Amino acid sequence: MNALVDAGLQADATQITDAKKRYSAGVLKYRQMGYWVPDYVPKDTDTICLFRITPQEGVDPVEAGAAVAGESSTATWTVVWTDRLTACENYRAKCYRVEPVPGRPGEFFAWVAYDIILFEEGSIANITASLIGNVFSFKPLKAARLEDIRVPVALVKTFKGPPTGLIVERERLDKFGRPLLGATTKPKLGLSARNYGRVIYEGLKGGLDFMKDDENINSQPFMHWRDRFLYVMDGVNKASAMTGEVKGSYLNVTAGTMEAIYERAEFAKSLGSVIIMIDLIVGWPCIQSLSEWCRRNDMILHLHRAGHGTYTRQKNHGVSFRVIAKWLRLAGVDHMHTGTAVGKLEGDPMTVQGYYNICREAVNQVDLPRGIYFEQDWCDLKKVMPVASGGIHAGQMHQLLHLFGDDVVLQFGGGTIGHPAGIQAGGVANRVALECMVKARNEGKDIVNEGPEILRKAAQFCTPLKQALDTWGDISFNYTSTDTSDYAVTPAMA
Amino acid sequence: MMTNPTGRITQGQFSFLPDLTDEEITAQIGYGLQKGYAWSVEYTDDPHPRNTYWEMFGMPMFDLQDAAGVMMELDNCRKTFPGHYIRLMAFDSTRGVESIAMSFIVNRPAHEPGFGLVRQEAEGRNIRYTVHSYATDKPEAQRY
Repeated sequence: MNALVDAGLQADATQITDAKKRYSAGVLKYRQMGYWVPDYVPKDTDTICLFRITPQEGVDPVEAGAAVAGESSTATWTVVWTDRLTACENYRAKCYRVEPVPGRPGEFFAWVAYDIILFEEGSIANITASLIGNVFSFKPLKAARLEDIRVPVALVKTFKGPPTGLIVERERLDKFGRPLLGATTKPKLGLSARNYGRVIYEGLKGGLDFMKDDENINSQPFMHWRDRFLYVMDGVNKASAMTGEVKGSYLNVTAGTMEAIYERAEFAKSLGSVIIMIDLIVGWPCIQSLSEWCRRNDMILHLHRAGHGTYTRQKNHGVSFRVIAKWLRLAGVDHMHTGTAVGKLEGDPMTVQGYYNICREAVNQVDLPRGIYFEQDWCDLKKVMPVASGGIHAGQMHQLLHLFGDDVVLQFGGGTIGHPAGIQAGGVANRVALECMVKARNEGKDIVNEGPEILRKAAQFCTPLKQALDTWGDISFNYTSTDTSDYAVTPAMA
Repeated sequence: MMTNPTGRITQGQFSFLPDLTDEEITAQIGYGLQKGYAWSVEYTDDPHPRNTYWEMFGMPMFDLQDAAGVMMELDNCRKTFPGHYIRLMAFDSTRGVESIAMSFIVNRPAHEPGFGLVRQEAEGRNIRYTVHSYATDKPEAQRY
C-alpha cells in the first residue's frame, strides 16, 4: 500500500458517532462528519463514482476522498445543526475506498457511493449538478477527475435513452452488416448554401451513407440555416434517386435558444430529413428535450461532442469521456462521436474501445485495460451508434474495422473531399475499401495483417481507391495519448 | 442505365464490388451461419429505397446449418425470377438485436433503369421530393 494512504487509514479521525459532539458548532474533518465509511457496502440502488484525486501537499488522501464525498453531496465547510432536522446519514455520500493510482505518484482513486434519494429521476442535469457541481474547485485538491460511474438499474430505468437506437436506425436506412460511411462537409465555414449542397450531393452519390454539418455551422452571415437545409435536402434526395439507397445528412440544429432549435428541427422534418444533429455544448436539458422531440418525430439524433476536450482530455482533472458517454446514452442520443484511435484527435485505442462498448453493449463488464471500472447493466436501453471522425482515410480501413466492428459510422471528411479526382471519387474509394474489407473479414482473412494487401487488390479494379492510397497511404498520426489506461500500456496505433 | 459511379443500384453490403461468385456468396453465408444467423432469400421488381418488404422466397431457414442448402434456395429463386433483384438476408435473434444482420444483392436485372426524382414546388422555396422508379411504370412481371 501507499504510505500516505496507510497513514490516513490509521489516523484516529473517524466518524464521530456521539451526536452531541458531532453537531457542536465548529469545524470538523470530513471523515469525522461521516463521509468516510470504510466498511460501507454499496447497495444495488447506489450510484457509485470513481474519482481520481490529487490532494494538496500535506492533505491526507482519505480525508480528501471524504471531502469529495462531502462536497458532492450534503457537506458545507462547517457543522450545521440543521442536519439534525433530516435523515442526514442518507444524504451523505460515502467514500468507502481509497487507493493510490498505479504509477502516478500523488494521485489516488476514491470510490464514493450515493444513495438513490439524492437524484431526481430522468435528469442528467441534476446528477451532474451533484457529482461535478462544486467539488472540482475544492481548494484542498490540486486536481480531481471523475473516471467512471456505475448508474444503478433503478436510476437507469428513469431515462428513455436513445430515441431511435442503432438497430432501428439500420432498419430505417436499410443498411446492414457493415459500418456506415459519412463525411463532414469542408471547408466548414464560408461555403454558400448552394455550393455546400454540391458537396453533399457528390459525396452521397459517390457512395457515402451520410454527410454532416460541422459543429460550428449554425446560421452565420455566409449561410442562413434555411438555405442550407433546402440545398442539402436537394442533394440528399437527388443522391437517393441516383443510387437507389436511403441517404441522409446531419442537419445541425444548434442555435442560441431552445425555441430556435425546435424551429430548425421542425423545418428539417418538414423537408424529409432522416436525421438532425446537435452539439454537446448546448447542455444536458437541451439534449434531453431534443431527444424527446426526436422520439415524437421519428428522427435520428446525432450528437457532435464539441467542447468535450476541455474537460475530458487531461488525465488528472475533469471528467472522463466514458462518463460523458454514459450520461449521453441515458440522456438519449442516437449517434455520438467517440474517437478514431488512429486519426488526428486524442484517443488511445483501448480507451476508445471502452467508449464504444459503453455505446453498444447491453451490459458492460469490468474491463480495466479499457478503463471500465464498473459493471453497468443498461436494462435494454437502446444502443448508441458510435461515430469515428477526424483524420481517418481509406488506407486505415482494416484497422478501423478491426478496432470497432460493424456498428459504427466511419467519417472521412478530408479523406473524401480532398480526393485528387473529386468528391465522388473520394466516396467511391471509401465505399470500395469498406466493402472489400468487410467481405475479406467475413471470409476469414486476417485483415489486420493482410489489410494493406486487400486494399491494393481492390485498387486494381477501382482507380479512385488507388488514387486515395497513393495520396494518403502513408499518413498516420503517431502521438502519445494523454488519456490512457492506468492498467495497461498501449502504444498508439501505426 | 444508371449513371452513378457503379452504374447500378447500390443497396446492400457489396454493391460496389464486382459481382460475388457463387463461391464467394457461399463464404458469406458460412460466416452468417457461424454467427448463428438464419438466412432468407428475397426478391423484387420494385427496388425503391423505401420498399422495405421484398417478396420472401420461402421462409427464413432457421434450422439450416449448411451453406449449400441456402445456395440451393438461391438457385431456385434465380431460376424462377432470373430478371428480378434477389438479396440474401441474415436474421439475428439475439436479445437487443432481433433484426437483420447482413443483406446483399446476389441477382440483378440485365438492365437497371434506376429512378427519377419528382419535384413538387411547395410553399416558399420548399420542394417535396418523390423518388420514382422508372421500372414500376410497367405492370408487375413486365418490368425488367
